[in-house]
Amino acid sequence: MADAADLTIAAAGAAIRRGELSAVDLLEAVVRRASMTEAHLHAYLTLDQAGARAAAEQADRELAAGDDRGPLHGIPIALKDNLCTRGTETTAGSKILAGYVPPYDAAVVTSLRDAGAVLTGKTNLDEFAMGSSTENSAFGPTRNPWDTDRVPGGSSGGSAAAVAVGSALGALGSDTGGSVRQPAALCGLVGVKPTYGLVSRYGLIAFASSLDQIGPLARTVEDAALLLQAIAGWDRHDATSIRGDVPAIGAGVATGVSGLRIGVLTELSGEGIDGEVLAAFGEAVGRLSAAGAEVAEVSVPAVAYAIPTYYLIAPAECSANLARFDGVRYGLRVDGATTEEMMANTRGEGFGAEVIRRILLGTYALSAGYYDAFYGQAQRVRTLMRRDFAAAYEQVDVLVSPTSPTTAFRIGEKTADPLTMYLSDVCTLPANLMGGPALSLPIGCDAAGLPIGFQVMAPALGEEVMFQVAAELERLSGFATRPALASSEVTLP
Amino acid sequence: MPVHVDIAKVARLARIALTDEQLAEYGVQLDQILDFAQRVQALPTDGVPPTAHPMPMTNAFRPDEVEPSLDRGEVLAQAPDAVDGYFRVPRILDEA
Repeated sequence: MADAADLTIAAAGAAIRRGELSAVDLLEAVVRRASMTEAHLHAYLTLDQAGARAAAEQADRELAAGDDRGPLHGIPIALKDNLCTRGTETTAGSKILAGYVPPYDAAVVTSLRDAGAVLTGKTNLDEFAMGSSTENSAFGPTRNPWDTDRVPGGSSGGSAAAVAVGSALGALGSDTGGSVRQPAALCGLVGVKPTYGLVSRYGLIAFASSLDQIGPLARTVEDAALLLQAIAGWDRHDATSIRGDVPAIGAGVATGVSGLRIGVLTELSGEGIDGEVLAAFGEAVGRLSAAGAEVAEVSVPAVAYAIPTYYLIAPAECSANLARFDGVRYGLRVDGATTEEMMANTRGEGFGAEVIRRILLGTYALSAGYYDAFYGQAQRVRTLMRRDFAAAYEQVDVLVSPTSPTTAFRIGEKTADPLTMYLSDVCTLPANLMGGPALSLPIGCDAAGLPIGFQVMAPALGEEVMFQVAAELERLSGFATRPALASSEVTLP
Repeated sequence: MPVHVDIAKVARLARIALTDEQLAEYGVQLDQILDFAQRVQALPTDGVPPTAHPMPMTNAFRPDEVEPSLDRGEVLAQAPDAVDGYFRVPRILDEA
């Protein structure tokens, strides 16, 4: 058998149930992979070997006793470090939370524990999930397993690097403007932003509450569906979580795309997109068409305003959410003569540059005299965008575009100019503003050998058709390449 | 019209202590970003209601029942300063 760290979740689960693999053996393979690659990648902030070992031993005992908790039982899964884990340090990639040990588990962490998953540890991220490259972590950047001179994308870059290289079989990230999908695209993975409210945000350290969603990163569409199924559902601790039945996420994965209406989003599949990305995207659309989908170009004009709208709304919400980091209840405190001075010193010292920039932007956009022209106007444009998308979904079942305008860029390439970095989010922002689900899957590599991502968007609670299209395109594309770091350094015993 | 932010005022509102050099740098960056962001003002939005939340939802009620909360000791253990079951901060009553 190949190294167990390279198995998909589905294949590892099957091997465990056939008695060919134990959860402990699987964890050992994953930990071995981490020990070989972490020095190059820095995917993890905390690798919880003892906790993972205990969970794997428990999974083996339960499975031996016939207590099967389902497809994630015994599977090593990593968590982005903005998801609270009781008893395990949770930093959100920020100096202001260094050493913070949450007194509770995030709802998704509880769900994964209940599903018998083996939680391997906490992965690196842009501070408070603000960034597109994982270079904004207070604890140093993560590198891309396909080329360690390049970024893994962000903000869930640690989760993406870990799954790509095999130091976890799947991971959770959070997606506020593309932070699951873009790193998935740049690391050759499947990444999902679920419908807003499908997954509880309880215990996710908040960035922008009307945009944040937790989602899975995995190596296949099927694995991503398994992970999403395990974390989806109403939660009494999150007032914005959706009541009622969870959509049948993976029900259509074997159905094909015959007769489905697929819209190529005009505004995101031309100008501003790299030529090789566009060529691969066009080829993938051609395959869907050949497989029986009805493909049409669909224009959603308000998408042109997605970046300015997002970069007013997200910072506004962030400035409100991050007010809680004041040196009183948790995390860093820097002394001052008065309480207010202590708070200002703590925040000046504890936050990194991108977080400060966004808090300042949001504070300005919400301040008296500017509120209506900036934040208020952005909210009204968000309404116009909703109308445009609603009209588009009258014509088609899903909308498709590239996930990222380029493949992985070099470390340091975009750090000097914040606006340049923001522009790299153009394809992923609309789904967060709209609330509907979106998925990225790999469809090939560019000439430099870097993965290219394809995005499928659907209307709210349209997970089933989104996964249906993604699964068919995955079959048609046959993307099975693994990053150099996963294959060259690992030899089978 | 180019945007010019009173950056010191914004930093004060946000309760973030910054050096003069930092203020100057963030000021230039905010002006640039907001110059770009004010593109949203080009769209006519008269009579368009704002969207604050992507999903149509109203109040989410649950029964008002007493239940266990987080362990106080575990919560206070994370505080930079705590005494007698309280968070402690510098005195505030003498502040101007």
